[in-house]
Amino acid sequence: MIDVSPGSVDIREKLNAIHLNVFYGSFQAIKDASLKMAAKTVTALIGPSGCGKSTFLRALNRMHDLTPGARVEGEVTLDGQDIYAPDADPVVIRHRIGMVFQRPNPFPKTIYENVAYGPKIHGERDKATLDATVERSLRQAALWDEVKDRLNRSALDLSGGQQQRMCIARVLAVEPEVILMDEPASALDPIATSKIEDLIGELKKEFSVVIVTHSMQQAARISEYTAFFHLGEIIEFGTTTNIFTRPREKKTEDYITGRFG
Amino acid sequence: MSDVPKTDNRSHRQGIGEATQVVASLWFSVGKETLSVISLQAAKSHRNERIAVNVLRGAAVFVIFAIAVLIVYLAFEGTKTFSVDKFPVWKFLFSSDYDPGNNLGGSAVFITGTLLVTGFAIVVGGPFGIAVGVFLSEVAPARMAQILKPAIELLVGIPSVVYGWLGLTLLVPFLRTHTSSPSGFGLAAAGIVLSIMILPTVISLSEDAFRSLPVSLREGSMALGSTRWQMITGVLLPSASSGLTVALILGIARAIGEALAVQMVIGNSSQFPRGIFAPTASLTTEIVIDMGGAPQGSFQEHVLFSMALLLLLIAMALILLVRFALRGRG
Repeated sequence: MIDVSPGSVDIREKLNAIHLNVFYGSFQAIKDASLKMAAKTVTALIGPSGCGKSTFLRALNRMHDLTPGARVEGEVTLDGQDIYAPDADPVVIRHRIGMVFQRPNPFPKTIYENVAYGPKIHGERDKATLDATVERSLRQAALWDEVKDRLNRSALDLSGGQQQRMCIARVLAVEPEVILMDEPASALDPIATSKIEDLIGELKKEFSVVIVTHSMQQAARISEYTAFFHLGEIIEFGTTTNIFTRPREKKTEDYITGRFG
Repeated sequence: MSDVPKTDNRSHRQGIGEATQVVASLWFSVGKETLSVISLQAAKSHRNERIAVNVLRGAAVFVIFAIAVLIVYLAFEGTKTFSVDKFPVWKFLFSSDYDPGNNLGGSAVFITGTLLVTGFAIVVGGPFGIAVGVFLSEVAPARMAQILKPAIELLVGIPSVVYGWLGLTLLVPFLRTHTSSPSGFGLAAAGIVLSIMILPTVISLSEDAFRSLPVSLREGSMALGSTRWQMITGVLLPSASSGLTVALILGIARAIGEALAVQMVIGNSSQFPRGIFAPTASLTTEIVIDMGGAPQGSFQEHVLFSMALLLLLIAMALILLVRFALRGRG
């Protein structure tokens, strides 16, 4: 019925959601969603507000564990291993699958301490190594030149766009394999947004990126694959080009042509 | 005009007194005849408004007046030691020669006693209280926190004489048998009682400080693969520092002003404590013990007033510190 059935799109997947259901109390926010997310590419999740795309994203690194009343059924595999298996450690999983949130969430610490926080909690104590990691991560996040002279200033003094790039650097510093992004540019101005988009283009060379976005233009600009969500279900999944030029489902076509949403 | 019916409804709910007023005003309106009912009601509601504002203003002025009188009176009486009796301020603060019958008002023992028992209370009760606050906010299951939180807030309402009584009947005999203290009364007994007394304040306020932190901080830390413990120590504790400072300062304020419970267990000996279990005295306990016997206008009474003034100044300084700490929160 839908294009997500295994085999319909030939993907060497990094992350694989299999018959995923997410409940908030008795409300079912995600209904039997299956999706393969390829390695070293950008997969965009689009759909109208409240369609469950953020809920789906948060199920991919067990963030729902932190939400009282939320329940996840089904499987999500990372390199073939189920992250919801009873012996899977959410701390290890989130180390390998990082997340960038809709609103920048800098810790009330210095820029340096923000970026070094991840490596430190994973046991890195060596100052020189930490310095190198902080610099590498900030360079990767295209922020180094703007902050290299004020690493010891509070991260809260940065602009919104800089804070968001710092939050991306903070994730990069723990060297995850997958980066989940929940509308990372929705709170930013157009210039900051385009910087983030450029950055995502760089990141996919090394990381697998799954990004929720409100903006269809953004999905079209940055992603290889796109999944269209509606009312908690994945209506259609395919290459971004196909989704935007030759959608096979009526709902997808209605959405991308702006008839609802 | 739009708010007139609302005000009118409210006045109807206020009972018979209000009802007679309404009748009276209607009768009044008939007498005047020139005013329509609507406009008269509007005028009435405005009059109620004026009365309400004046009642509230009067209450506020009275309270401010009472506080001002208290402070001025205390400042006036509390400085007589230095102005009338010519006893030097530095001796009051730093000398331990306390013999008011012979015009010696050195209060260093009591000041030290206050600082020591308060310090004891905050060093023991502070971290413990913050730990329980963290537990309630971050670790305890929701149901458990829902039951424990009001229970702990209830503890604030336990009269200090009850704490003192328990200290006297349980703690003092325990210290007498299990420590070097011959009587059990002393610094440690007072400090432990105070530690327990400040717990509800510190727990409740530090829990609030943690709960007020945005979810995004927790998620940000967890999404980097932190454990809950790493999140608490690495992100939440530093982020909540201003709120925790307030919790500790208000804990100190509660400890420093406590007289009764301390007086019951501290031993009331006008000497520096020779150890943690030795008896001593504090500003509050000395005031409680001596105030009955101090002749009016005597040097002793003046010295006691000076001690009270010092306590007031410390309390004020603590409140200013709270304001300062909260300002950092933005």
